[in-house]
Order: sequence, then structure tokens, then C-alpha cells
Amino acid sequence: MGFFTTILGQIILRLLETLAVLVPLLILVAYATYAERKALAAIQLRKGPNVVGPFGLWQPFADAIKMVMKETIIPTGANRALFIMAPMITFGLAMTAWAVVPTGNHLAVADINVGILYLFAISSLGVYGIIIAGWASNSKYAFLGALRSAAQMVSYEVSIGFVMVSVLLCVGSLNLNDIVLAQNGLWFCIPLFPMFIVFFISGLAECNRAPFDLPEGESEIVAGFFVEYSAMSFAMFFLGEYANMILMSGMTTILFLGGWMSPLPFVPFTLIPGPIWFIAKICFVMFMFFWVRATFPRFRYDQLMRLGWKVFLPLSLLWMVITAGALVAFGWLPHA
Amino acid sequence: MIFDQIFFYLFSAVLVAAAVMVVTSRNPVHSVLFLILCFFNAAALFLIAGAEFLAMILLIVYIGAVAVLFLFVVMMLDIDFSQLRAGVQRYAPIGAVIGVILLLELVLVVGGWRFSASAPALRLNPAVAGISNTDALGRVLYTQYAFLFETAALVLMVAMIGAIVLTHRDRRRSRYQNIAEQIARQPADTMTMLDLPIGVGVKQLGILRPKPKLAALPAPAEAPVQLASDHRVPEPITRVEG
Repeated sequence: MGFFTTILGQIILRLLETLAVLVPLLILVAYATYAERKALAAIQLRKGPNVVGPFGLWQPFADAIKMVMKETIIPTGANRALFIMAPMITFGLAMTAWAVVPTGNHLAVADINVGILYLFAISSLGVYGIIIAGWASNSKYAFLGALRSAAQMVSYEVSIGFVMVSVLLCVGSLNLNDIVLAQNGLWFCIPLFPMFIVFFISGLAECNRAPFDLPEGESEIVAGFFVEYSAMSFAMFFLGEYANMILMSGMTTILFLGGWMSPLPFVPFTLIPGPIWFIAKICFVMFMFFWVRATFPRFRYDQLMRLGWKVFLPLSLLWMVITAGALVAFGWLPHA
Repeated sequence: MIFDQIFFYLFSAVLVAAAVMVVTSRNPVHSVLFLILCFFNAAALFLIAGAEFLAMILLIVYIGAVAVLFLFVVMMLDIDFSQLRAGVQRYAPIGAVIGVILLLELVLVVGGWRFSASAPALRLNPAVAGISNTDALGRVLYTQYAFLFETAALVLMVAMIGAIVLTHRDRRRSRYQNIAEQIARQPADTMTMLDLPIGVGVKQLGILRPKPKLAALPAPAEAPVQLASDHRVPEPITRVEG
């Protein structure tokens, strides 16, 4: 162990830890695209990708190779530097957020005190990739998509923030590890069930997923903010969307579904290591995302804004007050 | 640690450079993006100083919300650069005067700055052991400074209400969707179920539209359909209200 206490050793150790998070994450992102296509196909009584490899399992790699081989086209009049930067921002931010996510007890690259704020900050930065892409493309459809997306993400962040506050009231700490440990025995999705639903739906809107996928409304504005993107830059947006979904599923898991803890606290279940439970729960929430996409029609823009500002915001505010009141009234405050 | 100092100077240098670019870059969108870079580096400096809560709040509030609105507005501006340059020459003297005044004020303020005797000692141990940053802030903000804190919140609230009052007009032409009414609608309000013998079709009469409200109905009318059979010559279709 002597080597890993030196500065060089520390740097190498950090790099290895980062890789240990990023490599499974990237595999998960690649297979999320496959899983979505399979899930949608099953719901719509189709077969889905089944040609490349057994059960079509190599489809993500075939898609990746196709994307790499294609020509990257930068439209005339586009702002070159920003145009290329935008997909990198989207994808990079979705990766950066994983630095603080605990996949097991104290098993995070950075176990920081303000973990939940960090996650909130990073997810609120996601809007920049989209808005810069829309502006730099020099296209009205892209710009309209970007504006829609920015307004939508800013609106739903507000209620996500309040939901987080009501969870934090029950925990008494901003550390993600503490948040998961506080759910030992009772996951927050049971006492805070309405907030769980609000968080899940706001998460759909935050990721620009159906039924809130107006930013890319293909029937009105072609494909929204990434109309002008092709080849790898398009692939980065596409994968960034899935990475964001996985991140949102991870946040839902940590805040409401007990993170890495097993659902039943006795032997055959507790023997399975934490990261596996964590990934299983993420996959469950991801499946809910796909299921919603296959089931619900797209919202109209005014309906979306109404839901965010007139329903979720008052509801989450009210629930926050109720939570605080209940904690004080029954003496359940974590640090009292 | 030497790393702290390296990163401090790195972030400070980028911060200052980005701040210069905010003022000098020609494209206002680039200006806003450099401003965001500034905020980022300021947050990093807060982190180095151990103020993790402030750093995150800077990220969330300034970069996540305020700068997005800036970007929103600036992107939609239609800027004529030649007009902008003509304005610069006209307003340069006024700008210079204001700049000089601000500089003088800064010099006066910084020149008169005295550290209190206990300040350097406080600076050396900023963190109380065992209490996290957020915890420490909360302890003073909601007890000692509760009045000031609530006043600040009220001022913001009043500003928000003022902005809404100034901009929100009831536009008579816009059509609202009454979601409660839509959800309360029953199948019986909009359609009629018919029990017909086999081989007999139904002709639709008139345009289908929601039935008028119950209060407007004089009496329960006949079903708005006419039985069609092959043996009879269809009579001229008349719309029956229902």
C-alpha cells in the first residue's frame, strides 16, 4: 500500500477509481439504447433489434461504428467552436455528475458533504449544452427547440429542488451516503410517496423524455435543438440523453429507493453486493422511463408549463411544509 | 499543500482572463458564456477556500438560473454592430467619467480598509471542527440573523410580485384550457349508444359536437340518428338537435 500514499500513487488511484465508474456507466449507456428499443418493441408487439449478434446484442456497437464512419457536417453560418462544444458539454456533464454518486457504502469517487447540491447543480447545467447547440446551429428550428428546452428545464428544476429539500429535512445531511443510510428500514418512497411521483415526473421533464419531449418535437420542429447535428456530434447528444436518464434514475434511487441497500434486510438478499442492487434499481427506474414513453402522448407546451408551475410547484411546497411540520410536531428531527 | 496554490493561481488567472473577455468580446453571446466561465472559476475558488456550500449555491443560482436567463435574452437580441460602434463614440466621455468615479471610490474604500485585530486569527481557522459548512451557516442564518434573512426574502418576494403585476395582463384573445372541465366530461355528454338490429346501418346527421349544457336543453330529445334500410328511399336529412 506504500505506493498509493505518495502523490503519484494518489493520482493513479483516482484515475483508476474514475475508470471504475465510467466504464460500467458507458456500457450501461450503450445498452440503455438497446434496452429502450427492445422494451418499446415488446410493448408495441414488435421484435426490435434482433439481427446483429445473438438477440441483437451487438446492435449498440454497430450503431456506434456507423456513427463514427459518417461525415460530420457543420452548417454554413454556424458558430464552429460552440457548435462542436455543445454536445461535449451535454455528455461531459452527464459523466461528471457520477463523481459523487455512492454505489455502495462509502463507495463513491468523491464522498463530499454537499453531494446532493452538487448533483442538483450539475443537472441544472445540462441546459447549457442544449441552448448553446440551438444557438450555434444558426437554424430557427434548432433555436426554437433550445428555447423550449431551456424554459422547460428551468421550470421543472424548481419543483425538483423542493422535493430534494423535503428529503433533506428527513435526513439532516446533504451527503448522499447519509441520505441512503437514513433510509435503512424504510425507503423514502413510502413516507414521501407524492414527492416520489413528483420527482419521477419532473425527472422525465428534466431529461426531455416523452411525454415531455417537446424540445425535439419531430412533428413541429423537425428534431429540435440537434437538427443540424450529424455523425459523432449527434451520437454524443443521443448518448448524453441516455446518460442523463441513467443519472436521473440514479438520483431517484438514492433519494427514494434506498440506494445500494437490499429491499429485504435478511440473508439471501443482503449477500448480494450493494453496487448490484444499485444497478438493478437504476434499471427498474429506466424501464419506467421506457414504459412511460411507450404509453403516453406528448404534452402540449402550455399543458407542460401548467403542470410544472401550477401543480407541481404548489404541491411540492405544501408537502415540504407538511414534512417540516410533522418532523417538528412528532420530534422526528434527525439532529434535535 | 503546493497543489492548493497551483490550483488557486490557475483558477484566479482563468477568472480574470474570462472577466476581461466578458467586456472585450464583440459577440454578446460570447460575453455571457465568458461570464459563466467566470462564475465557474469563482465557485472553484470558493471550494479551495473550504466554502463548499457557497460554491454549490453559486453554481445553482448564478449559473443554473441567472445566466440562463441572460443567455435567453441576449440570444434573442438583434444586434446591429455598426450602430453599436456609433454609440460607443458618443457615450465614451460619459462612460469614462463614470469609470473614473468608480475607480476613485474603490481606491477610497480599499485605502481606508483596516483589518480588525481578531480577523487574521479567524481567517486561519475558518472551519469549526465537527460542523459542516452548511450546518454552520444554518446555525447563524436562522437564529442570529433570522430577521435580516427574512427581510431579504420579503424584499425579493415584493420584487417578484412587482414584476408579475407589471408584465401580466389578461389577454382576452388567448384561449385557456379548462382541465377540470375536460376531466369531468362523461361519455354520456358526447355520445349516444344505440342498439340496432343486424343489417341496419346508422347515418350520421349533422356535425358531431359536444352536446350543449344540460341547463340549455329544453327536454330530452330523440337520438340524432335515422335508421337506414335498402327498401326505403332515404328522406332528406334534417339535423335533429340532441
